[in-house]
Amino acid sequence: MGELTLGQYYPVDSVLHRLDPRVKFVGTIVYIVGLFQVRGVFGYLFAAAVLLLLIFLSKVPFRFILKSLKPVFFLLIITMLFNVLLTPGTVLWKWWILRITKEGLRQAVTMGLRLVFLVCGSSIMTLTTTPNALTDAMERLFSFLKIIRVPVHEIAMMMSIALRFIPILTEELDKIKKAQMARGADFESGGVIRRLKAMIPLLVPLFVSAFRRANDLAMAMEARCYHGGSGRTQMKPLRYRRRDAAAYILMAVFLGICIVFRITGL
Amino acid sequence: MQIELKDLSYTYGLHTVYEVPALKGINLKIRAGEFIGLAGHTGSGKSTLIQHMNGLIRPTSGQVFYEGKDIWEEGYDLRELRTHVGLVFQYPENQLFETTVLKDVMFGPGNQGLSEEECRKRADYALKLVGIPEDLYETSPFDLSGGQKRRAAIAGVLAMNVEVLILDEPTAGLDPAGREEILTLIRHLRDQQGITIILVSHSMEDVAAYAQRMIVFHEGEIAFDGTPKMVFSHFRELEKIGLAAPEITYIMHELKERGLDVDVSAITVPEAKRSILMALAQKNS
Repeated sequence: MGELTLGQYYPVDSVLHRLDPRVKFVGTIVYIVGLFQVRGVFGYLFAAAVLLLLIFLSKVPFRFILKSLKPVFFLLIITMLFNVLLTPGTVLWKWWILRITKEGLRQAVTMGLRLVFLVCGSSIMTLTTTPNALTDAMERLFSFLKIIRVPVHEIAMMMSIALRFIPILTEELDKIKKAQMARGADFESGGVIRRLKAMIPLLVPLFVSAFRRANDLAMAMEARCYHGGSGRTQMKPLRYRRRDAAAYILMAVFLGICIVFRITGL
Repeated sequence: MQIELKDLSYTYGLHTVYEVPALKGINLKIRAGEFIGLAGHTGSGKSTLIQHMNGLIRPTSGQVFYEGKDIWEEGYDLRELRTHVGLVFQYPENQLFETTVLKDVMFGPGNQGLSEEECRKRADYALKLVGIPEDLYETSPFDLSGGQKRRAAIAGVLAMNVEVLILDEPTAGLDPAGREEILTLIRHLRDQQGITIILVSHSMEDVAAYAQRMIVFHEGEIAFDGTPKMVFSHFRELEKIGLAAPEITYIMHELKERGLDVDVSAITVPEAKRSILMALAQKNS
């Protein structure tokens, strides 16, 4: 259970770690938008160079970035395969109903690269930002939705509580599992039905404890007069600094260059 | 030798950024029928250690022997081992899950592959040992009181007919009466049933009153191993590692310093009382 990579935050001190989470969130979106502007070889080289520079700046080991590609690996293969086989155009190779076209190959490579860059780009954000900082940033960035009565604060609070509870419940589950194993429970052998049945001694205590914790937390929040978002201030309010402004300028430059690449088609 | 640990080391989060050594080269021998108190500051490695004894954690390096056999050797039956070495976790009531108390206690023996009838007999025996009355057998374990839940959970481990019983802070969060009940039960299990007991506790008073051997952990290493009297005589060193001797030890030392000739090695209230009365009688005569 230990290798849960939802909160994949990598704790080192780097320029990217120190940036305001809002900057990183907007930056990730800017990078993705820019990525979809470029189409030529030079454009992709540029996007790759920027990505490598960001990875270097983040001080996160390269293998952690690669690890984030693992869950999308199959998606990547399937996307590329479909693009290779199903794009019409100049036929290069044909066998039965399968054929590979020049356009298809091109399309597959572009799509593949885009997907890889996209996942790597966004994992730089999650690797350098704690989940809590990220929800904080989203709360602030989307607070304009309050005008149309979207409970932005409540949603953000729910997200951070959920995130906070994941490691707690993982640990709890691990404890319960060990306690039942100490009573001779077996989770590894047997057919599907037996294995499902073996989950009952885990799930019942887990749910009981989750409800108890939720209850306790609600009580503790009420005891401290929590009443939702209106008029609430933060202990560590997000504040833009010089480097954040610089990052925004760099983002604008990046987007500009990407648009130039799009127009010239390089 | 019932349990033997050889050069046992364990590191949490090996090969990650969060690598933390929890145990460093532990050597320990435990004989059948011993009553051991395991003490140490939070994070000293005691909880990690006890999980090695029934094979829930595999050591990073070193060996664990039960009755002379290496438990991590190919083909060793770990589930069988767990029926001999029972482990009661902290807040064991959090493991209850069945619809009735009796069924929950039958879970362990059921996992041993015993017949329904045999399981029932074992459960009944274990519940009687921990003092849960028969009219509670068919109630939901979630309806029991805190102390009863804990005793029912301990019964769930005892029903497997264990030879070694390891308890992690079994009295945590109980009222004084509940503590007394649990500790008396544990002593009874050792004296009447001959079960080896390993008691992890923060309370030096409990360890002093019940254990014959005391092992103190500090930062993943054994700091002291001996009789409670011997360990508590190092009370100044114990303080340095965030522990303390029983209150009585301090009183006795203070009395001695002020000129009353008492036995400073007394660690329980009755012992201290005897020693003080004797010293007073001597002084007056």
